Formats: sequence, structure tokens, C-alpha cells
Amino acid sequence: MSVGGGQRTAAEQEERNAMHLLPVRRADVPFLLALALIASIYIILIIGILAAKVFYVELPLVGEVFTNPGYRYAVILSLLSCSVTTVLSVWIAVPTAYIMTRVSFFGKRLVDAILDIPIVLPPLVIGLGLLMLFQTPPGAWIQQHVRFTYAIPGLILAQFMVACAFATRTMMATFTEINPRQEQVAVTLGCSRSQAFWLVVLPEARRGMIPAATIAWARAMGEFGPVLVFAGTTRMRTEVMPTTIFLELQVGNLGMATAVAVVMLVTSLVVLVLMRIAGRGMRMM
Amino acid sequence: MIDFKDITIQLGAFSLQHVTLHIPTGAYAVLMGRTGCGKTTLLEAACGLRPLTAGRIRLMGRDVTNLPPGQRGVGLVPQDGALFTTMSVADHLGFALRVRKRPRKLIRDRVAELADWLGITYLLKRRPQGLSGGERQRVAIGRAMAAHPDILCLDEPFSALDEETHADMLDLLRRVHRETGVTVMHITHNRREARALANPLIVLRDGQVVERDLDSIGATPDPATDEVIEDNGDVN
Repeated sequence: MSVGGGQRTAAEQEERNAMHLLPVRRADVPFLLALALIASIYIILIIGILAAKVFYVELPLVGEVFTNPGYRYAVILSLLSCSVTTVLSVWIAVPTAYIMTRVSFFGKRLVDAILDIPIVLPPLVIGLGLLMLFQTPPGAWIQQHVRFTYAIPGLILAQFMVACAFATRTMMATFTEINPRQEQVAVTLGCSRSQAFWLVVLPEARRGMIPAATIAWARAMGEFGPVLVFAGTTRMRTEVMPTTIFLELQVGNLGMATAVAVVMLVTSLVVLVLMRIAGRGMRMM
Repeated sequence: MIDFKDITIQLGAFSLQHVTLHIPTGAYAVLMGRTGCGKTTLLEAACGLRPLTAGRIRLMGRDVTNLPPGQRGVGLVPQDGALFTTMSVADHLGFALRVRKRPRKLIRDRVAELADWLGITYLLKRRPQGLSGGERQRVAIGRAMAAHPDILCLDEPFSALDEETHADMLDLLRRVHRETGVTVMHITHNRREARALANPLIVLRDGQVVERDLDSIGATPDPATDEVIEDNGDVN
């Protein structure tokens, strides 16, 4: 338990840990170098795949991603569907995570395990499951009103299934970090449980919403397996950027696939940076 | 007045059985006992944060056994203050009155009064982050006292303070008690704190409460009483 009122942010924790680091002595250098060497293999690989894309990309093709209506459609649909998925994911993740961390009930472990299924299940299997779910009578009934399979709602649902699981885990970590005594104090001060949630816990949890949204957005952006199976790969309909890369590779158009990949990369980086800025702003609020 | 009548609390594997305890109105009761003996559980029961399996709790003559925490007239100061990190000090002091939807002017006046009383006017616009341990606990006490509770519950409020601040806070608590007449239930492991404040001193031992003479605890650890009182940090 943290003494000193409330919890620390990750950055504060890091700063605190940094004060207690061992100094680097000459005798430690070979050991630390060996560790650094191992770590660098992975880091070099990450930089390598980014560099290779940038190196091989043909700029006119990147331009075409935005001028050609087919590609442009995929870019816009990607951005829009990911944004909707992110909002939905955080919206579902917050109450789920609150219940899972603040209420004890029968079967909680089972529910906790169920929440992990989308994380551990192969993405293709999730897509297949969705496809079958919407063949069942309740699914078919829903389809009579809103079409999901091979349509945009299906695309969003496919992205949501995985993204929400990650958002929920992130929010659960956030709620766990929030001192439960704050809520106890709030109810002794006259709050009902829901008032304590809205006035005290939720504002405290805001700092976890940005990381949750970021991870949901990143997962949604990269989602391919369930999208492929459940929403299909129809040009100008349910085509998102990962689908474009897949379709272009299928016809051997590596140049175009790389161009789309670079656009995905840049968009993701921009969103990541924006979310970080937003997160910092929120912490200061 | 705090009156526990034959209460039983079951908390997983832990239980408190048939505890009866009476603290008269205006008393400053200090509750001591070994780590894990259930002191915090008793305090939480008074606040309405722990359901009872059996027994009744009366506060100031009123049966509150089934009342929600907010309607019991109790203020709580937990171990670490548990301040709201998204709120300013002024928001803390006004919180209880805001929840009760009191008029703005009244809240403003009460916040100013409390801040002046506790010597934290210079902190009103600050957030809890960066406040010293003593400042935090002053805010926590102000937040708990804002709606004029009849009973103030303190759960090892000063366990993380340095010596000098600790002495200041003891003076402050004595003043709060004297000037408001609030009935206090204060949990501590600190002998000096107990000696300075307790009237009566209550020891929880083997699930039963025993009222003890203040002289029964020395200012320093003592084998005779160590059996009953341990001088270590309680995390309950």
C-alpha cells in the first residue's frame, strides 16, 4: 500500500525508483554490456522494420493512397472505425473494470478468465465465432435490423472484440491502483455509491483512460483476422488498411502494400503522440 | 456516544465475535491492539463500511446498524489520508457540504473557517500531490469535520509522520476535540500518542475489548504490555 495519500503515476514511480538505482561500477560493465547486447537485438529489429519500410517506400505511391478513391476509402474507414471502436471499448471497459476490481461476487474468477479469452484466442477464431454467432436465431434476428456480417458494423464489432479486452485490462490496473479508502471516505462524507463513483473514483480513473484508449486504438488499427473473416475484404465497403495491404500482397503489388503500411505507421505514431499529449493534459487537470 | 452491542463481523477467514464496547459522548477513545486483531474492522463497522453478522451499533443514542455511512454523522481519517488526487484542498474541505447540496455561500464560508482553524489557508488552491505528511492529515481532518460529525474516526492517522510534525498533530487533535466536543475513536500503535490523547484507552485482545489504565503502557516498549500492544505498523 502506498503511504502518503493516493497513488503515484507511472512516471512518478519511475522517478522514485531512479533515486534508488545502484551506481554503475567498472566491475559491472561486462555484465551490463551483455544484457544491453541482448536487449539491442530486439531494439535493432524494431528500428530495422521501420527503416526498411521508409527506405523502400515509393513516395508517388504514398500519394496515390490519398488520391485513389479505393485506397482513400480504406484510410478513412480505418480511422473512423478505429475511433468508434476506441470510444466503445473505453465505454464498456470502465464499468467492467470497476465491477471486477471493486465488487466481490460469486464466480468472479470465472468472469475474470472469460475477459481474457479475446486476448488469448487466435484472432481468426474470434472472427469465425462472430460469423457463427450471427447465424444463430438471435443473431439472425439482429441482422434483420442491422446488418453485421460483411458490413461496417461487423467491422467495428470485429475490432471491438479484441480492443475492448485490452482496454478492460488497462482500466482494471488503473482501478486497482486507486486507493479504495478514497471511496470509503467519500461514502462517510455523504456520497451514495454512485456519487462516490462519479465524483471521486471516475475522476481518479481518468488518467487510465488515455492508455486504455491508446491500446484499444492500436489493437483496432491492426486488427485483421476477425475483420477478414467476419467483415470481409470488399473494396469500397469493408476494406480497412490492413485489408489493403493483404489484398495488394495477394496480387504481388509490394510497392503499394508498403505505401499503405507507411501511411498506417505514420497515422499510428501521430495518434500515439496526440494521446500522450492528451494524457499529460489530463493528469494536470 | 459509541455503543457496540454484542457485534459479530465475519470477513472471510477473519471474524470478530460478540464484541461489546461503550465510548461515552465527548470521550477521546484510543484503540490499541496487535496487528490484525480487528481494530480497523471495528472502526469501519462504526462508519458503516463493514456489515454486521449480528449485534447493534448505536451512535449518539441512535441505532445506526442499518444506516448508510453518510447518514451516521461520522467523519473518517484513514491511515494515509486517502485524499482525492483530482481535487484541490478547498474542494476537499467543501466536499461533504457539496454532496449535501448546501448553498454555495455557506460552503465557501465553511471552507474558509476550516482552513483558518487548521492553519491550511495557504494550501487551499493546491492539490494533494506535493503536500507534506502533516499537511495531508490536516486536510483529511478538515474534510472529515466539515459537516460537523458527532464522531471522528482516526485510523493510525500519523503513522508516517516525523517526530516534530507528530507532536504538532497531537496538539491539533487535542484542540479539535476540545473545541468541537466530538467523540473520537482513534486507532494507533504509538504509545506516546496513546498516552497523550487516550481517555479512555481501549485494548482489543483475542477478539475482546478491555479498558486499560493509561499507566499500563509505558512510553517505551515494555515486555509486560508487549503481549497486548505491539509497536509496529498495521496494514489493516
